[in-house]
Amino acid sequence: MKNLSLVAYLDIKESLRARWFYVYAFVFGGLMGLFFISGITDSVVMGFTGLSRLLLVFIQVTIIILPIFILITTVKSISSDRESNVLEYMLSFPISLSEYYWGKLLGRFVTVFFPVIVALFVGVAWGLFKGGQMPWAMIFLYSALIFSICAVFLGIAFLISTMVKSHDIALGLSFTVWIVLLAFIDVALIGLMMQNRVSDEVILTVAMLNPLEAFRIGAIALFDPELTVIGPVAYYLLDSLGHTFLMIYAVVYPILLGVIFALLGYAVFKKRDIL
Amino acid sequence: MKIVEARGVTKKFMGAKVLDSVTLDIELGEKIAMMGPNGAGKTTLVRAILGFYHLDGGSIRVESYDPTKERVEVLKKIAFIPQLPPPVKLSVSELLTFVERSTGTKKSDVISQADAMELDLKRHKEKPFFKLSGGMKQKLLIAIALARRSRLLVFDEPTANLDPKAREHFYTLLNSLEYEHSSIFITHRLEEVEGLVNRKIYMDLGKVVEDEKV
Repeated sequence: MKNLSLVAYLDIKESLRARWFYVYAFVFGGLMGLFFISGITDSVVMGFTGLSRLLLVFIQVTIIILPIFILITTVKSISSDRESNVLEYMLSFPISLSEYYWGKLLGRFVTVFFPVIVALFVGVAWGLFKGGQMPWAMIFLYSALIFSICAVFLGIAFLISTMVKSHDIALGLSFTVWIVLLAFIDVALIGLMMQNRVSDEVILTVAMLNPLEAFRIGAIALFDPELTVIGPVAYYLLDSLGHTFLMIYAVVYPILLGVIFALLGYAVFKKRDIL
Repeated sequence: MKIVEARGVTKKFMGAKVLDSVTLDIELGEKIAMMGPNGAGKTTLVRAILGFYHLDGGSIRVESYDPTKERVEVLKKIAFIPQLPPPVKLSVSELLTFVERSTGTKKSDVISQADAMELDLKRHKEKPFFKLSGGMKQKLLIAIALARRSRLLVFDEPTANLDPKAREHFYTLLNSLEYEHSSIFITHRLEEVEGLVNRKIYMDLGKVVEDEKV
């Protein structure tokens, strides 16, 4: 596997020059800047204030924009490499498919994970500067949650990229995955609950299977152990499964899911025609 | 010694046969001009030899290795130049690092091949590959392929982006390769490679329709 680190390193270097990376870093950096300017650290909403409030808002926005950024940029760059014959040329060198695939995934993970983590730490530094306390538990949990959400959506993006060769279809599919997962955070789940046509167990299972819901529960459970602010499904889950299990689940489940999707993507990559 | 052994190779795309029971041997030292109209299956055959496609029938061996199952061993023996330089986003220096680490070819060897084609790589090493001019990109790909000293060189319309002077340099470099190797030139213009080849293969509708030594 000597070429895995080479592929990862070159993918990072390539990403650092790409326009998508600057937009991505600008969005997360800009968000933090916007929070500072708008004085979120000084506001009190639903009992949260200061640094906790800042990080809570940051993580809530991250739930919405991080997945679509990861999906669109990853799928776009891989499918355009295939369509423009970059893949044909790079894979005409003696590199195994596993080195290429896992090297690309590793490189891409680094480039999507670090801007978000850096923005998080800039926020923490700002909060401390404004006189807040160092929220160790929160930093640790949020870093783990961002890691896990990057893992699951990179896994999905790589699976889509290997299954679908057309650039447009891959983008459309990425968008659909994002919308469906987002809808099943609350809107669709509450709709199902209100209709009473589906059993509670099914609704809870759907909620638990959604990595975005797991992320959201994990992110908010730290502030609000009763989960009263994020809706009935999360509250019900907490009641049924317990606080500790939910927190562990929120971090571990998306990582596992990401690994499974990435492995499936690799199996498809190996089994099908490369071009 | 056989470099490539293709037996009854069949490949279909969406049900249509693009390669139809192609049987072909390439011996060490053979320089082949592969011709045929668009859609004849030339590029598909080369891609199958490079291990990009799973075959629907038949088999290919490159020095007894299977291109899909043992791609690393196969690709150690083949250097490939595509028809159009792909828009690789790596800088020239990064591309040379990639070549050096994946194939063991020294950067200095690529640089001296490029010098022979009047391409000053040192001046352009920080430039992204895709920002080089069409001719410069093609020269660099040729320099990389020649520096690798592979047993089989595969050129898909290699001179498409080169001016007449660069073509001359390219032919001179090819003629000056001292080690024993085979080459495949996919081309529509036989006159361009006529002096370089000792075998002509003509393909049409996925089959080899003419195969003669010259």
